[in-house]
Amino acid sequence: MPARVGVVTFPGSLDDRDAQRAVRLAGAEPVALWHADADLHGVDAVVLPGGFSYGDYLRCGAIARFAKVMPLIVDAAREGMPVLGICNGFQILCESHLLPGALVRNDHRTFNCLDQRLRIDNTSTPWTSGYTAGDEIVIPLKNGEGGYVADAATLDALEAEGRVVARYVGRNPNGSYRDIAGICNEQGNVVGLMPHPEHAIEDLTGPSTDGLAFFTSVLKSLVTA
Amino acid sequence: MIDTVSAAVADPEAEQPYAALGLKDDEYAKICEILGRRPTTSELAMYSVMWSEHCSYKSSKVHLRQFGEKVPDNASEVLLIGMGENAGVVDVGNGLAVTFKVESHNHPSFVEPHQGAATGVGGIVRDILTMGARPIAVMDPLRFGAADHPDTGRLIRGIVEGIGSYGNCLGLPNIGGEVVFDPSYNSNPLVNALCVGVLPADGIQLARADGPGNKVVLFGSRTGGDGIGGASVLASATFDADKPSRRPAVQMGDPFAEKLLIECCMEIFAERLVVGIQDLGAAGLSCATTELAAAGTGGMDVDLDLAPLRDPTLVPEEILMSESQERMMAVVTPANLDRFVELCHKWGVTATVIGTVTDTGRLVMRWHGETIVDVPPRTLAHDGPVYDRPYARPEWQDALQADSPSKLPRPASGDELRATLLTMVASPNLCSKRWVWEQYDRYVMGNTVLAMPDDAGVLRLDESTSTGIALATDGNGRFAKLDPYAGAQLALAEAYRNVSVTGARPIAATDCLNFGSPEDPDVMWQFAEATRGLADACQTLGTVITGGNVSFYNQTGSTPINPTPVVGVLGLVDDVHSRTRMGFRTAGDRLLLLGDTRDEFGGSEWAWTVHGHLGGLPPAVDLAAEIALGQSLVAAAVGGLVTSAHDLSDGGLAQALVESCLRHGLGASVSLDGDAFVALFSESTARALVTVGDGDDRLTALLAANGIPYTEIGVVTAHAALVVGDAFEVPLTELDEAFEGTLPRMFAHR
Repeated sequence: MPARVGVVTFPGSLDDRDAQRAVRLAGAEPVALWHADADLHGVDAVVLPGGFSYGDYLRCGAIARFAKVMPLIVDAAREGMPVLGICNGFQILCESHLLPGALVRNDHRTFNCLDQRLRIDNTSTPWTSGYTAGDEIVIPLKNGEGGYVADAATLDALEAEGRVVARYVGRNPNGSYRDIAGICNEQGNVVGLMPHPEHAIEDLTGPSTDGLAFFTSVLKSLVTA
Repeated sequence: MIDTVSAAVADPEAEQPYAALGLKDDEYAKICEILGRRPTTSELAMYSVMWSEHCSYKSSKVHLRQFGEKVPDNASEVLLIGMGENAGVVDVGNGLAVTFKVESHNHPSFVEPHQGAATGVGGIVRDILTMGARPIAVMDPLRFGAADHPDTGRLIRGIVEGIGSYGNCLGLPNIGGEVVFDPSYNSNPLVNALCVGVLPADGIQLARADGPGNKVVLFGSRTGGDGIGGASVLASATFDADKPSRRPAVQMGDPFAEKLLIECCMEIFAERLVVGIQDLGAAGLSCATTELAAAGTGGMDVDLDLAPLRDPTLVPEEILMSESQERMMAVVTPANLDRFVELCHKWGVTATVIGTVTDTGRLVMRWHGETIVDVPPRTLAHDGPVYDRPYARPEWQDALQADSPSKLPRPASGDELRATLLTMVASPNLCSKRWVWEQYDRYVMGNTVLAMPDDAGVLRLDESTSTGIALATDGNGRFAKLDPYAGAQLALAEAYRNVSVTGARPIAATDCLNFGSPEDPDVMWQFAEATRGLADACQTLGTVITGGNVSFYNQTGSTPINPTPVVGVLGLVDDVHSRTRMGFRTAGDRLLLLGDTRDEFGGSEWAWTVHGHLGGLPPAVDLAAEIALGQSLVAAAVGGLVTSAHDLSDGGLAQALVESCLRHGLGASVSLDGDAFVALFSESTARALVTVGDGDDRLTALLAANGIPYTEIGVVTAHAALVVGDAFEVPLTELDEAFEGTLPRMFAHR
């Protein structure tokens, strides 16, 4: 039986179908999860996709955090289930306190959609184990509130513990502190990433296929787990 | 005190402010004749918006008829729904259909750039949704005043941000469009918005209220006080400094509400729960109720008290005219009503039954128990006034055409040509539009095969078959000013070429006709000529017009904009993997210039940018050459004969070379026969720049067989420079700085 990876749809989620496609092309079975679901339908991992959940009203991710499905995901994450939050999903993970810090308005104040170069710094998470440390990849970045911020102590701890998963290479596209594009929790199973690996899985539609390894990685980690 | 039908009967002589609402004396008299009494104030509000230029097409109708009369031979195979519905629908095979349309939101975007542009996107997306389709992409042809005009920064920042904020939040990739600057658009930017959607060919929804006893459901956002009178007053009146009172509120958009409406409608359509559906756009409830009733059984009873309001103080006239966004109206059988409401509830969409379909032939509305509207709906929706407005070739037209660019001094030496090239690529019209399109999400949905800066947007429709579509929009107001008949044809020809270049077969078109006041005979002549030219060319090229929009009164004081017909062309791709991309990819590839280059500079970017000159005749239209070129480009794509291709248009060969080099940082070495200036900067039509692999002669054989003239002009090089014979050389770094620097320098937030 293939691994089952849930993709949550909140009202205003946009990249949910894209994330499902990425899961499918990686060889796993995508499972659509609804924000009001009362259980996780037996999934092995969860993706919180990009978009504008609840219109980004109040603050990005601030309302989604209170969705009915979220306590289930928080509990499962604490027990080690792999969870990947992409863009708005990263914002939701921060609002849910599964990850430290916050994402704020881009320093140049405009929404930007570009092909972004990243360096993968941590390959010990279930989402990045298919990369080699130091790999540089190009995947789309698209956000208005993508600036990663945290206090100095948190940033130092993230660095010291190797929890910076990916960093922007070249021009910092949004003012993120220490060029941080993605981080993980202490156990490493929860990863938040501002750029979009699910948009770089086919030569036809993406700037590269560099993003696919996020999804094949988790599949491999589930099989070996 | 609410005006009722009985009050109208009892007090037939009451003074009514019909003139302030934009109705002429004879139009008001006709309303009284239709009703056999004076209208109530609610009825007056409805007639004023429905009979406005914006809703009734009263000045353009007699000319638009040509699109239905000059139909291309292939139209009957292609067209499932033609002009007249919310958008046309085209059969694309494999059980799928595509619907697309371009519309304007010009005047609101001048008043409030962010919201005006945002709600322009929202409105066209709802038109596509209403046809039963999932919207799958948007694109935005934009025109701004001179780049250095003091107000242009406010407008471009707000308009681009508004388009981005709305489209990005809806999750629709923005795959193309245009950004053009010209002083004729000072204080009157053009914000055209195109949306395309896909649907099952047997899943088309229509705007019809059929079946007496069926329920009329208003769903989506609540009705508020925004955009009241927008349709008739804002869009139909020229900006005039003396009449600030004619600038009421622009609508406010809520893209999150529209995203929910889309997903909710997708589930409603999948379960086939509606008899008919209409979005609420211009003229809001007035338009939706009358159009649904007029196209269906013929009657409708509405209880206006039931309409959910954002502002409880609104009176019936305001509720009827409000253009609050993100609202739809559906006709649902009583048996399906519970399920319909359940799906709305699932998506958090408010749904309220406000009326019932009847067979009375009357649209009757009640408020607080009194009848306030009782009208035959066809008289609002279809029987509005039609004007064959006087038009005449402007007396300045001959002098304009006689003012040839041939007398303008031309660069001759290598240094002069080099300097001209750098000036041109850095000019606001030819420079990179990256600063604009990077504010739009082009990746969402994961089906974008090509987007900016490619010549056309290409989308995959179906992952299992890899079928797809291509879309491009074009329009050149300078060409249309010099010759509106040819100008409209050149807009179509360029969009047709842009679609062909990617390897797609053009099959249909949509148009947004942006002009000055129809009450000005000069403008009306431009409009008549442009529609005639466009209809003729659509027939020849086999691209049926499926729908579109007319925007009049684009002028400041008595000065109209350059006539600006914007044309969007839709093409089909059997396998999107075979698409042709723009940009040199491999050093050693040979460069071929397809088509004939003539000395044509009337209305050109060179004459305008370097000399500020607009005169003479636009480049010659050659539709037969466009067809032959297009067919060859499609065959080349399908056969894998080319490694890249780029349309030649504004800025000529020089611009195509620069863009193709900079795309992947490869150089080119070219040698040009004859006059290098003409070769580099002429804007002759029916041309493209393509590359083929070294030693690959399949394309040249195809071109020879198809009778396409071509010239081998050079090679792609690893040397990072554009080298033009012995004349000059420019490093790509210098070109890149010139090309990319302009818009951020002028408009980026600091």
